[in-house]
Amino acid sequence: MDLGLSETQELLKNAAREFLENECPETHVREMEEDDKGYSPVLWQKMAEQGWQGLLIPEEHGGAGFDFLDLCVLLEEFGRALVPGPFMSTVLGGAVPILEAGSDAQKAEFLPKIASGDLIFSLALTEPSARFDEAGIETKADVSGSDVTFTGTKLFVPDANVADYLIVAGKSAAGTTLGIVATDQPGVKVTQLQTIARDKQAEVVLDGAKGQLLGADGQGWNLLKPVIEKYTTAECAYLVGLSQMDFEIAVDYAKERVQFGRPIGSFQAIQHKCADMVTDVDGSRFIMYKAAWSIASGQPEADTSLAVNMAKAWCSEATRRVVAHGQQIHGGIGFTKDYKIQLYFRRQKRAEIAFGDSDYHREAVAAQLGL
Amino acid sequence: MDWSDSPEQAAFRQEVREFIQKELPERYRAGDDGGEGFEGGWQADRKSDDPVRRDTAMQWADALSKKGWIAPAWPKEYGGAGLSTIEQFIYNQEMAEVAAPMPGGMGVSMLGPTVIVHGTEEQKAEHLSKILSGEVAWAQGYSEPGAGSDLASLQTRAVRDGDEYVLNGQKIWTSGGHNADWLFALVRTDPEAPKHRGISFVVMDIKSPGLTLRPLINMGWKHHFNETFFEDVRVPVKNRIGEENRGWYVGMTLLDFERSGIAGAISYKRGIEEIKKFLATDEGKRFKRADWNSVRLEMADRAIETQILFNFAFRIVSIQNRGLVPNYEASVNKMYGAELHQRLSRTNTKAWGLYGNVWDPKSKHAPMKAEHVQDYVGSVPHTIFSGSNEIQRNVIATRGLGLPRG
Repeated sequence: MDLGLSETQELLKNAAREFLENECPETHVREMEEDDKGYSPVLWQKMAEQGWQGLLIPEEHGGAGFDFLDLCVLLEEFGRALVPGPFMSTVLGGAVPILEAGSDAQKAEFLPKIASGDLIFSLALTEPSARFDEAGIETKADVSGSDVTFTGTKLFVPDANVADYLIVAGKSAAGTTLGIVATDQPGVKVTQLQTIARDKQAEVVLDGAKGQLLGADGQGWNLLKPVIEKYTTAECAYLVGLSQMDFEIAVDYAKERVQFGRPIGSFQAIQHKCADMVTDVDGSRFIMYKAAWSIASGQPEADTSLAVNMAKAWCSEATRRVVAHGQQIHGGIGFTKDYKIQLYFRRQKRAEIAFGDSDYHREAVAAQLGL
Repeated sequence: MDWSDSPEQAAFRQEVREFIQKELPERYRAGDDGGEGFEGGWQADRKSDDPVRRDTAMQWADALSKKGWIAPAWPKEYGGAGLSTIEQFIYNQEMAEVAAPMPGGMGVSMLGPTVIVHGTEEQKAEHLSKILSGEVAWAQGYSEPGAGSDLASLQTRAVRDGDEYVLNGQKIWTSGGHNADWLFALVRTDPEAPKHRGISFVVMDIKSPGLTLRPLINMGWKHHFNETFFEDVRVPVKNRIGEENRGWYVGMTLLDFERSGIAGAISYKRGIEEIKKFLATDEGKRFKRADWNSVRLEMADRAIETQILFNFAFRIVSIQNRGLVPNYEASVNKMYGAELHQRLSRTNTKAWGLYGNVWDPKSKHAPMKAEHVQDYVGSVPHTIFSGSNEIQRNVIATRGLGLPRG
């Protein structure tokens, strides 16, 4: 029993922090808000050199062979630095589904190129119904041998504007079915949305889009469950890093900002907000890592599933409380576009509602507890 | 990060479980409190008029004593078991899982460590073994009517008269004083010195002439607290622990106890599970509110928050197990645990709708012996005692986050 990081994880964390402080400063985050692609190919390649896109990918497929807990340590740093771009889409929405469901040939075809930074992936799961369950999948899948053709509309697909491939979930006669779909074909039409986080999410209209079957026909939902659990936990890790940084910025500001002749951080009204922030951030961190540990160490499925639901239910709301306090402590300056705290506030909302907000996961917790 | 036991930890856990299986008296196992509640816990049992309660208390204490588990954290040379913090954590976890009453009380948790660190050989010989044998139970005299959060402003005077101090003043919130044999207290020996530097730590027989206890009935109509009055109480100078006027620092002494507060998290978790179990019974269905859905999500939140508290507890013991001293983290636990306790008691009471009125545990209209409504009242002081939640937040902000003091 130990809630500290291992030596390897400490090294990974420190290396990532140093790298991202240099390569992904606030100016880069702001540039990418207004960039069409939303990411820097140069930085993307540098990240691949660090081994990050391939962190989870086994060495035989060109990856680093780390485990899911290690990835969450890295994603905390991504949240802290607000790293723009298709990293989570590619790793959680591409590498993970292929690792879970791919044939040996598919693993050999795609995983090395993901690890080397040559391919960008994304998961095309949600639709205009905006549901996260199997019933939300209405896109039609026509299976023919190892090929599959999709027709339907996917919505809120992250980084579809730059993805080379989409992992698409559709419904065939046999049930939910997954496919790997190249985006450079006439049957795939991507329309970008303008979002609160100024990240890149899109409507993707699939009109006879052709791809290769991923996993068996009709087995898609079973294959997606662990993918969704990992993606959800990854969003929690991102939120932990984001809220940790928001909190640190707010505490620093409270030490420096002087009113009534003293730093506002000397007032208990501010101090108690800061105390609540650190409690929420720490609470988020450990409940996230409990879920990550549960996944990485292969705890029984019922335990893992509950741990993930609990983590997202908590992190979604606790980190929202943190960034709201972060704004309030900053007063008027925090409401300006120029000041950095708002970058965190807007991005928190994206991750808060990704893969279900607190209400969604609380309901799942209640059901699993038999309440 | 690892939420599971190492092989050594698993082996120790097994040892504690087997001990409980073999030694925990039937009465404690059944949770049979005769509708009284374990008010005052083992301490009250020990002095009960009921011989069954008295015998049960001593039987359990004897069994623990053979393992050195009355004071598991004390060094072996003083009759403890010298358990590491992680072993203490496992011990506390397993005892809390079965809600075993813990003998020892303030003697084990506070007076003993203070004597071990600051006491003379004579004082050690006089007090430590009597704590372990259950012969002497201790109560604490710190707070005063005018010294709560600002404890160092305490005014109870101790004036030196030869080989004795003469005490005059008043203490309040003397928990379990009516079941105690001795009292340890902070008293002012130098009224001219800065407030932290004029205090001494003294111990006395609670039956000393001039010392009066008066019950202070709490809002749950329970006798837990007392007021303690000193009128020319004569305390031998040799009953002072540590140097004169250094009592504030003597009173802050901490041994290497695990400070995770795991027992609270376990009891909250068990509480939710017991409600679920009860609701599935025929008796439970009688009380289940028709609009149960209005409570179930709230209860899910409490279950999640209980998990947060578990993790905070695991964090503390992880820090201690690495040989470090928790900083603001301990205040986070106290603050969060106390507020969660109050939220839980509110949610749990809500589960019963109008039956949330019923206070009498023996009433046929009382769901689960009215424990939740009693806890709704009983949890009120949790955010107040041992450093109010406002003080805890101040500590987190200043000591933990380095914000300037106001």
